[in-house]
Amino acid sequence: MVTIETPRSPRSRKGAKWEKWGWLYMRASGVVLLVLIFGHLFINLFQNGIQAITFAFVAGKWADPFWKIWDGAMLWLALIHGTNGMRTIANDYTVRLGMRKFLNVTLWVVCFALIILGTLVITTFDPCSDPSVNQIADISIHCGK
Amino acid sequence: MSAETKKIGEIPSYKVTLFVRRFNPEDGQEARWEDFDVEVFGTDRVLDALHKIKWEQDGSLTFRRSCAHGVCGSDAMRINGRNRLACKTLIKDLDMSQPIYVEPIKGLAVEKDLVVDMNPFYQAYRDVKPFLIASDKPAKERLQSAEERARFDDTTKCILCAACTTSCPVFWTDGQYFGPAAIVNAHRFIFDSRDEASEVRLEILNDKEGVWRCRTTFNCTEACPRGIEVTKAIAEVKQAILVGRR
Repeated sequence: MVTIETPRSPRSRKGAKWEKWGWLYMRASGVVLLVLIFGHLFINLFQNGIQAITFAFVAGKWADPFWKIWDGAMLWLALIHGTNGMRTIANDYTVRLGMRKFLNVTLWVVCFALIILGTLVITTFDPCSDPSVNQIADISIHCGK
Repeated sequence: MSAETKKIGEIPSYKVTLFVRRFNPEDGQEARWEDFDVEVFGTDRVLDALHKIKWEQDGSLTFRRSCAHGVCGSDAMRINGRNRLACKTLIKDLDMSQPIYVEPIKGLAVEKDLVVDMNPFYQAYRDVKPFLIASDKPAKERLQSAEERARFDDTTKCILCAACTTSCPVFWTDGQYFGPAAIVNAHRFIFDSRDEASEVRLEILNDKEGVWRCRTTFNCTEACPRGIEVTKAIAEVKQAILVGRR
């Protein structure tokens, strides 16, 4: 007769206790991301405005390992931070266990696909490999073309 | 003249409408709202209005109450969308021009009308070992300084009414979560200098469904009829788990 499923049964105590690390990660990465994101926005937008963001601008930035590390850190921290937040929301709002599992698996698959793609772009970026680079004088002189 | 003297001694009364959430497991119907008009005095509480309904209008209305003075914690219910004790809520403090909505606390299975199954709530309470664990057997009382006592004074006030746990949005969808009340009662022993099992309780609450599920929405702190700073207590337990000691 009672339509609500009885809470707290069956109760599982299995699984590694990494929720603590998840909780800690959200706070630590949040603080670091504040610096990284606002630094990123300031450098990209406030100096010469949005028109300044061109292929040459990105190529120039990524010629410096400092910005590669900056952007790489931002990519990893933000994607894991966001996915973990979405996982929390999924856990809060899904009632059925199957749905919860499906959403969590999907979230992490998407997250890691994006991380791998992004990391590939940052680490293998070569402005000279783009054939249209010849039209950008600032870069093409460094490509020996 | 006689009419005036009568007025002096007269206690003003008000007519209020109560919408009560009714559910009878035996009639095969879904839960529904039922309205009652009640004549109340300015000193009456919601519990008095429920009593008047039960005693004068509909004897089948079912709700829990024991002491009726805010100590036993039996009559926690959702009044106008907020968890409160019916015995501590004065009707004149609510908006009397509007109907008063009374429903069972959320997240626990309704058994009848305003009565819910409290067993899952008590199970979470039992799971945190809410009793003193000490190896020695002193001949006299266990001494404690005023400062040591002050650390957990707030959480000793809990009356296990479940108003906090059933106001928690995490508990509503995830019945596995220990809930604020169990954590408050764990806090009461974790930070007690006489207790020797704080590590055990911290480990229990370091569970997937333990303190990390808390989203600090502060619903529990607002709901607590004893004024316990529940969210603060949960945060202190989180901190104790992080540093590994109380």
